[in-house]
Amino acid sequence: MKKGKWGLIILGLGIFVVGVTFPVWYGTIKSTPAPVLSLDTPVINSMQNKKCVEDTAFMRGNHMKMLDVWRDEVVRKGQRKYTAKDGRKYEKSLTGTCIQCHSNKEQFCDRCHNYVGAKPTCFSCHVVPGEVKK
Amino acid sequence: MTTNRRDFLKIAGVSALTLMTPTILRPSWAKEKMITPVSALTAKRWAMTIDASKCSNDCTDCITACHAVHNVPNFGNPKDDVKWIWTEPFASVFPAEDHAYSGQTLQKMKIPVFCNHCANPPCVRVCPTKATFKRPDGIVMMDYHRCIGCRLCMAACPYGARSMNYRDPRPFIAKINLDFPTRTKGVVEKCNFCEERLAKEQLPACVLACKQKAIVFGDIDDPQSDIRKLIEKRFNLRRRAHLGTVPQIYYIL
Repeated sequence: MKKGKWGLIILGLGIFVVGVTFPVWYGTIKSTPAPVLSLDTPVINSMQNKKCVEDTAFMRGNHMKMLDVWRDEVVRKGQRKYTAKDGRKYEKSLTGTCIQCHSNKEQFCDRCHNYVGAKPTCFSCHVVPGEVKK
Repeated sequence: MTTNRRDFLKIAGVSALTLMTPTILRPSWAKEKMITPVSALTAKRWAMTIDASKCSNDCTDCITACHAVHNVPNFGNPKDDVKWIWTEPFASVFPAEDHAYSGQTLQKMKIPVFCNHCANPPCVRVCPTKATFKRPDGIVMMDYHRCIGCRLCMAACPYGARSMNYRDPRPFIAKINLDFPTRTKGVVEKCNFCEERLAKEQLPACVLACKQKAIVFGDIDDPQSDIRKLIEKRFNLRRRAHLGTVPQIYYIL
């Protein structure tokens, strides 16, 4: 009788540990291929010097923080111009600057956001030209 | 080292006193600043005058222009209405000035009403997230990113100048203007004195749309400005000024 009780407890603990660690080992076993981001838009193709506001590594890691700073500076302080590290000047605007080049939201923004499970609410107000709501 | 009660209270008291430093010293870096681009219309205090006697009853030019520029949805249902500019009869705009013997012209008048961009705005005082704030140039602005849709500002505004998006507004916008964001479900919105146009050196959309030149916009703090001269010359009223909100839209009737 006592033995059976310990068995149940260990079994329960086992199920618990498996359940809790599920995301970890499921992620290692089932690997999803990294998203391929498309830079194939008319504006980017026509650019001589294909450069984003800042360098790619910085943008990849920090674009969300930068946009957060931009929106506060524009709305609350009225600062609308951004000077990049190399001195180029940009309008701080998601629709007016970012989306002008990256007009392919579905092949660029969405692919990576879906991959990492990020659900930014930017686009519920900021307009992507030509986007049809599904 | 052991602290006795007396020493502890001394330290706590002095620490509490240091909290007053910003109010006493007022260092320059702690003051609110607006950095406006060189090519922008700037003012110490933006204000507007409306000559309602020039408004004809069926004219909606200012409303159409404003709502098109700012992606204001039309839900086609008065209960959900979102409005930045709308018209009201004289008796609702100036209830204290109306009486049983006001003339026909006054009673029939349809007066355009806006957010009054009060100098003492109650909406700013009640907003729990500081989503509504007053800029140093007097514009009472909404930061839609911060709005949580609590509608305290709607309750506080004595002019009904604020509208709530009870539904997703996007499908109800006839033609989206790409230069201005739309709003989302669950945020409150109102007139912003076209601050996004002022930054681009353009006058507000309603001012330009009015063929009768009934709306004058300018810096009321500048004694040489057109608006200031107009206000000094013509008798004018402000909506419910006795409430102490110091509204900045002046009506000439």
